[in-house]
Amino acid sequence: MNDGVVTYVEAIRFALRESMLRDDRVVVMGEDVGLGGGAFRATEGLQREFGPERVIDTPISEAAFTGAAVGMALDGMRPVVEFQFSDFLTSGMNAIVNTAAKMHFRQRLSVPLVVRAPAAGGFAGGPFHSQNPEAWFLRTPGLKVVCPATAEDAGLLLAAAIRDPNPVLFFEQKSLYTRVKGTFEYDEDATVNGAVVRRAGGDVTVVSYGAALHLVLEAAATLTAEGVECEVIDLRVLSPLDFDCVRTSVEKTSRCVVVHEDYPDYGVGAEVTARVAERLFEHLDAPVRRVGAKFWPIPFSPPLEQATLPTAHEIVDAIRDTAEF
Amino acid sequence: MSAAISSEQGRAAFLTEAGYWLHLIRAVEQAGRRLYLQGRLPGSFYDGRGQEATSVGAALAMGPDDVATPLIRDMGVHLVRRVTPAEMLRHYLGKTGGPMEGRDGNIHLGAFDRGTIPMISHLPEMLPVGLGVAVARRRRGLDSVAIGFCGDGASCGGVFHETLNLAAVWKAPLVVVVERNHYAYMTPERVYLPIAEISSRAAGYGLRAWSADGNDVSDVHAVVTEAVAAARAGDGPGLVEVFTYRMHGHGAHDAQKYVPADELEAWGVRDPLMRWRARAAEEIGWSDEQQAELEQRIDVEVTAAVQDALAAPYPDPAELGSSLFA
Repeated sequence: MNDGVVTYVEAIRFALRESMLRDDRVVVMGEDVGLGGGAFRATEGLQREFGPERVIDTPISEAAFTGAAVGMALDGMRPVVEFQFSDFLTSGMNAIVNTAAKMHFRQRLSVPLVVRAPAAGGFAGGPFHSQNPEAWFLRTPGLKVVCPATAEDAGLLLAAAIRDPNPVLFFEQKSLYTRVKGTFEYDEDATVNGAVVRRAGGDVTVVSYGAALHLVLEAAATLTAEGVECEVIDLRVLSPLDFDCVRTSVEKTSRCVVVHEDYPDYGVGAEVTARVAERLFEHLDAPVRRVGAKFWPIPFSPPLEQATLPTAHEIVDAIRDTAEF
Repeated sequence: MSAAISSEQGRAAFLTEAGYWLHLIRAVEQAGRRLYLQGRLPGSFYDGRGQEATSVGAALAMGPDDVATPLIRDMGVHLVRRVTPAEMLRHYLGKTGGPMEGRDGNIHLGAFDRGTIPMISHLPEMLPVGLGVAVARRRRGLDSVAIGFCGDGASCGGVFHETLNLAAVWKAPLVVVVERNHYAYMTPERVYLPIAEISSRAAGYGLRAWSADGNDVSDVHAVVTEAVAAARAGDGPGLVEVFTYRMHGHGAHDAQKYVPADELEAWGVRDPLMRWRARAAEEIGWSDEQQAELEQRIDVEVTAAVQDALAAPYPDPAELGSSLFA
């Protein structure tokens, strides 16, 4: 469809458009998605092309429109709901974690719902426009959770999420929307599954995803000069977690660091660390380290926010310490 | 099922059918309550004693492609939509062969293939879900309407207000049936309701509103049928407030000591089954013999259902982990 270079947010838009062209059960709904084209332009032009029946502007009523989307999905439609910011997921959380996620378990009913939620900080959004709330949802059986780090994955995984017969929570990274570029490809065989190795190396396994992956790749380049070779894993899909990919790497490196923008406390870092400790203890030559945001709300003022979110410097230090342990 | 049942024949058919469902609810609920008191029914048992006319009247106003979101006091909807008494009791006992296969219990059930959506406990979260199903069916060319049930207590929740507004903006085919039973678990309505009629709120959202006598199955049916017809015709959503009363506690574990005795007495004489019988006698000459025959038939049916449910096996836990995803 587009062989040129696209940004992360353009890949999202192309995936929505391609999915809508291929399947007329796909509709997009949310605040400002139609006339406005989306707060981050992800849906720009879609209402012009597909009309207001398929690109549906909603009132500020997350509980009602997410609930309505669950109903549409129950009847076989493929609604893609946009939350303007992932911070607002709390306002529609029941429909996602209680109604949608438990429906197949309770009555074997398929709920092909996608919830798109722009997450991540780094641009003075303050406590309510900067959060990474994935951990709130990862403890929900029946929900798939995705967080792409590249433009390719943003497109591939969003289209796969729309084809998936289950509810999928799709965390986009605001800080990557226009910063990361790649190509867009629609692959009808792609599924919501699997981590990938972004950089091969024999010394330390660094597990990451989302915006933080780019800091990790920077850190890995820095550390090469010091003779430390990182193997960088991009989880891509946070639930179900592809632990086999982590296992294969840690069995080789014997060292593991987990890096994400979310708090290390109680989140993906805690889960990966626990699994490595439980299942790969005999392979480890160093304690598993975690790097993430400090455990307080994301503050507004730029120096305060910088002091809160993980930095490339902290990541380099954590990996170096682990390599030298 | 037409709005005003004008012909004598139609009225006789309606009253006969409604009478069957009203008595069936009561018998199934009595059986369930008994099983609970005998210690054979896990959890608790929640019944809709006093509110039977609401669920039956509303469910009989549904067409084949319509969808409903029945709640705690609405067993009539399940029965009218052909969940059998045996399936209901298997469900309550946590056995196989109920609509939820033991994954969920008591009043948390639905049978999507029969037009009901399994409720979650958070109220009234099912209102927008019903709306969504009806909207989707309309897009498939069906003329579906959703009936969303809601108590007076749950009408205080944010999603009630969000959904009314959304439904009005979308001109969605949703009829919200507010069951005004005067209690939210243990709390009397004066604590949570500052207005005389919840239906007065509908105008503020751009919805048409109706009121009905919730203990009179014919009145509930006539009014909900009118609201459903309006929604089906594309006139937009509606709200029907039905005035009724919760005769039992929240569940069988609740002795409702907080309820004044005179209040119970006053509503007790308005019992929906008695009201139905008086009306049936007057309008279609329902006789004592017919009544005895009906009660006998239901007794046989429910006794068999209890035996079936008690004999049914429990579900196999082995499948639990593999059924998360479609």
